[in-house]
Amino acid sequence: MAEKKKTCELFDCGHRACGGCGAALTARLVMQAAGTETIVVNSTGCMEVFSTPYPETAWKVPWIHSLFENASAVASGIEASLKKQGRKEKIVIMAGDGATFDIGMICISGAFERGHDFAYICYDNEAYMNTGIQRSGATPYDASTTTSPAGTCSFGNRRPKKDMPAILAAHGAPYIATASIAYPADLKQKVEKAINTPGPCYVQVHAPCCTGWGFEGDQTIAIAKLAIETGLWVNFEMVDGKVTKVKKVVRKPVEEYLKTQKRFRHLFKPKRQDAEIALIQAIADRNAGKYGLDINLRKE
Amino acid sequence: MMEITEGSHAVAEAVRLCRPQVVSAYPITPQTHIVEALADFVANGKLDAEYITVENELSALSACVGASAAGSRTYSATTSQGLLLMTEVVFNAAGMRLPIVMSIANRAVGAPLSIWNDMQDSISLRDAGWLQFYAEDNQEATDLHFLAYKVAESKEIQLPVFVCFDGFILSHTYEPIDMLLQEQVDQYLPKFDPAEKLDAKDPISFGMYATPEYYLEFRYEMDQAQKRAKDVIAKAGKEFGTMFGRDYSALTVGYLLDDAETVIVAMGSVCGTVKDAIDEMRAAGKKVGLLKIRVFRPFPSEEIAKALSKVKRVAVLDKNISLGAKGGATAIEVRDAMYGSMIPVKGYVLGLGGRDIRKKDIKEIVSLCENGIGDQFYGLRKELI
Repeated sequence: MAEKKKTCELFDCGHRACGGCGAALTARLVMQAAGTETIVVNSTGCMEVFSTPYPETAWKVPWIHSLFENASAVASGIEASLKKQGRKEKIVIMAGDGATFDIGMICISGAFERGHDFAYICYDNEAYMNTGIQRSGATPYDASTTTSPAGTCSFGNRRPKKDMPAILAAHGAPYIATASIAYPADLKQKVEKAINTPGPCYVQVHAPCCTGWGFEGDQTIAIAKLAIETGLWVNFEMVDGKVTKVKKVVRKPVEEYLKTQKRFRHLFKPKRQDAEIALIQAIADRNAGKYGLDINLRKE
Repeated sequence: MMEITEGSHAVAEAVRLCRPQVVSAYPITPQTHIVEALADFVANGKLDAEYITVENELSALSACVGASAAGSRTYSATTSQGLLLMTEVVFNAAGMRLPIVMSIANRAVGAPLSIWNDMQDSISLRDAGWLQFYAEDNQEATDLHFLAYKVAESKEIQLPVFVCFDGFILSHTYEPIDMLLQEQVDQYLPKFDPAEKLDAKDPISFGMYATPEYYLEFRYEMDQAQKRAKDVIAKAGKEFGTMFGRDYSALTVGYLLDDAETVIVAMGSVCGTVKDAIDEMRAAGKKVGLLKIRVFRPFPSEEIAKALSKVKRVAVLDKNISLGAKGGATAIEVRDAMYGSMIPVKGYVLGLGGRDIRKKDIKEIVSLCENGIGDQFYGLRKELI
């Protein structure tokens, strides 16, 4: 008789994330890939707050949260300690895009340059969600946030997303990948590779935020998928600085993605902003050119 | 074993003998000789530790947080701007109850930039939850590191410790040091065996967030541990004395206090100058004494009140200033300790940014105190203000 499959997860149920939270799903998938012999270092942010209100915790592996900006430095110390003790646990950092792209940059640069052995997972929901949807270095062009609001004189965030994978590739990181919660098998495989590749590895996971982006919680996966299908998010792998694998798509126009979310609503109402939409389409086109995204269907 | 050595090198040797598994530090004047010496020990197999050459002080202490939580004895050293850069982690490490030991080669803080000695750096972090020890000379600076690990790692305490010693005045000065041997230190300081650590075999969560229903009690527990530390220091300091002949059980140390009418309260290397000045004043018939504060956190209020209960007046020297308050931190806290006694406590802020403190300054301060003049800066160059 087959044994009943255990439903217990290493990132367990009972946490306080919003229904349809992309970050919570990221944690669950990452921990499925990481397994029990893992120490998690969490930066300050939504994930830390919704998963560890004292005296409860959703984490069934050793877990530590120190500060917003220092997860990679804390991980450096843990790695050194484990090495000295002859212990074999793997270290996984879980950090949001604010902790990664912005406030944690110095610590990240130091830790990647020193070459500590850990897997750094950035759950990228493209703004500071924990403090109420303020722009970060990961916020895409024209997204309206509470500190880059769309208004009569503004179309929202004026800068494109920072290219974090390229920055870490320049540090000589042996394995870098981008992933999406819409493709869980691919995500888990990349996390496993990041954990099992010696040295500092990085996986940036597109993790839509229903509250911050303005969509219903049952649409999270569909929207994550649209980001890939429009070329605004590219899933790729980079080994020793070279792109080795890209998820190719039959691309849809970017507005199919943009119109699903309130953060881009100002591009369609009160009137359609064709010039701005064209600029965002150009970002997707550049991605397609840079990564070779397009599958060219043969015409019948 | 007696040797003549530089303060920083003596401290580094003491740290080596404590067998930290992880050292993480960033260079800053005047702390550099300590971390250079430790790097040299590691490079030559004299210290079996991971040495993390971090990119700044915030990461230096953050790496110690990770290493300590994972179950390793850890060490760092810093001063001044470096200490302030790591401030957020300083509070965090104490809140997580991690027994990290960090040397502070005390230095002034900018602006204006100053590399010279005062105690503004560590004193400014007196509310962070760390125990704070202050050394008078390099023998004390050395020995206090053994005591620091012993107390920090005590199951009753589990708080980090600053071992403070005056930058340049002690850190760069050669003095004879009676250095312990490895087997002596091993006998005094057991292997680090934390009650809780990050371990896949027994998972726990470190550094969770606390709602208003829980936060207050976390701070209360830290304060209770600080208060318990008085007894733990007394016990560990006495044990050190029994084993090696130098007793560190006292949080404050008196010099010619018994019949003293005017008592100077001070911390750090200036105590040596004060003692010499006292000897000369005594020879001239003045009944002056010194109360040295060796442990500033936990603050020895009861000990100070008791030691000074029979004196006529108290002059407190502060190499720090709580700007906008009534003088330096030591004077404010000594005055609080003496509250209700009617004994006048006068504060003198001096020596900031490395200004020399000479015997004649001490004598002049005693005269000022005798005349009821105090709670002021001492030694200002009037032509500049």
